Amino acid sequence: MSISVLKPGLLTTVQDLGRFGYQKEGLVVSGALDAVALRTANMLVGNPETAAGLELTLRGPALRFEADTLLALAGADLGARLTGQPVPLGRPVAVRAGTVLAFEKPGASGRAWLAVAGGVAVPPVLGSRATYLRAALGGLGGRALQAGDMLPVGEWPAVGRWLFASILPQAAAGGWAAARWSLPTPPLASSGAPLVVRALPGPEYAQFAQASQQAFWEETFTVTTEADRMGARLSGPVLRRLVDTELLSSAVAFGTVQVPPGGQPIVLLADCQTTGGYPRLAQVISADLGRLAQVLPGAQLRFVPVGLAAAQALYLAQERRLRALARAVHLKSLL
Amino acid sequence: MADSPPPLRLYPLGDAAVVLEFGQAIAPATHQLIQAFAKVLARHPPPGLREVVPAFTTLTVYYDPLVLFELGEASPYGQLASALQSLLPAAQAALAAAEPGPLVEIPVCYGGDFGPDLGLVASHAQLSAAEVIARHTQPEYLVYMVGFAPGFPYLGGLDAGLATPRRAQPRPLVPAGAVGIAGAQTGVYSLPTPGGWQLIGRTPRRLFDAGRARPSLLQAGDRLRFVPISEAEFQRLAHVH
Repeated sequence: MSISVLKPGLLTTVQDLGRFGYQKEGLVVSGALDAVALRTANMLVGNPETAAGLELTLRGPALRFEADTLLALAGADLGARLTGQPVPLGRPVAVRAGTVLAFEKPGASGRAWLAVAGGVAVPPVLGSRATYLRAALGGLGGRALQAGDMLPVGEWPAVGRWLFASILPQAAAGGWAAARWSLPTPPLASSGAPLVVRALPGPEYAQFAQASQQAFWEETFTVTTEADRMGARLSGPVLRRLVDTELLSSAVAFGTVQVPPGGQPIVLLADCQTTGGYPRLAQVISADLGRLAQVLPGAQLRFVPVGLAAAQALYLAQERRLRALARAVHLKSLL
Repeated sequence: MADSPPPLRLYPLGDAAVVLEFGQAIAPATHQLIQAFAKVLARHPPPGLREVVPAFTTLTVYYDPLVLFELGEASPYGQLASALQSLLPAAQAALAAAEPGPLVEIPVCYGGDFGPDLGLVASHAQLSAAEVIARHTQPEYLVYMVGFAPGFPYLGGLDAGLATPRRAQPRPLVPAGAVGIAGAQTGVYSLPTPGGWQLIGRTPRRLFDAGRARPSLLQAGDRLRFVPISEAEFQRLAHVH
């Protein structure tokens, strides 16, 4: 079972939930920028949440499924089409062998995740299938997809087989059908409105001038063109540190907001380095990390302060909600 | 120093990490305590522990708050902070018995095409190229931490006389294995990357290899010595590694 890559898209990579345990060796975590979206897509096709899928950036790929496939999409709407018809997000979709998935949406923005039953079965590297482009490691040869690639698909989970069997009979002549039910996928900012993420003050927060602390929470930042899977440089009010002593390198993570001497913050994403020496002004909360996946050039971003207890309660609520969704999918597969 | 007060400060890095700070300055004693603490943590991992990242003065502990939520009534951070604090005496006890880390030899071909800035470092230090090589290969360096890039070691122990400012214009691409000096630091590039360090040589050894069980050749706590080799030896070793 495999998937042929007809067109690679702008930046399509194999990602799972990341490579853990090697940060002390300087190896970054990587993984889907919106883990909740990938986990939801995996649930919809009966996969374990840790299965690898594809991360799509702005312009999606064109893929031909060489065998019957159960797929699901989550994240931004990049204009997915099967046999010319739009494919809904957040639903399992049963597809006959030979069908082509394409993305046609001029001016589409954002990132999306595609899961297939069985997962993208590239060989794991150091416990993960996530692609880390800078070190050319993991994923498909450590790189983004290229035209002509063949993606291996793993063995289908039982839930995926049951879902496929229950959905396909609804297929029209085109050879594919979506389930009549859906799961809520992570909400995206409505177009035009700034993306809002909640954050905790970082370890060096107190080193910043009060006016800068205030500006950080109150002003809107714009994502510059220097934005990739490592991080996004923001432009907005200049944030001034009161001391100019150099810091000793210490850990940074997905969601760390660091401020280089120029005073324009950088929010770090999934491919960020493991340690850094810039002051850490804030840390985006775990429950909002997935929203940062839509931080692409030109996007507007606002930070809202929360406390540690509230942040952890929001994470707990997210995880309970995801468990409930997983149970719901299992029930659907039995109907 | 068993009677000095516990030099430990804890603070959160967001909602899924806690930073243990053991001091304010780069010092072998602080480094050794961090190493001892990391070893105690590996033997007695508290519930929810994901992974740890040692740095110059800190040990950052990543954790899953969900595991701790399901365990107790206290906040996940509070539970973990007190569990970590209770391990400090064991770390201090382990420190007394700690052995020095393994000594890793890094063969380096100095100068020529591999070390285009050797002459500049020499003239800045008012030494001959041979004296720079002698002073660079003399110390036993300490790997304080690995970070910045996969397998990149932060080393302590550079001869102060070799300190040289970074290049004004960084090179667009520095090859993996390049050995350089930047300010009072020396190090080895582990991946091809842009970089502004003054390059004095190159090693044929691979500092990072995802095919190894321990992908980073160097680990925090290792000791390191640079060993000068000829270009012929470099070519021979490059085939071996």
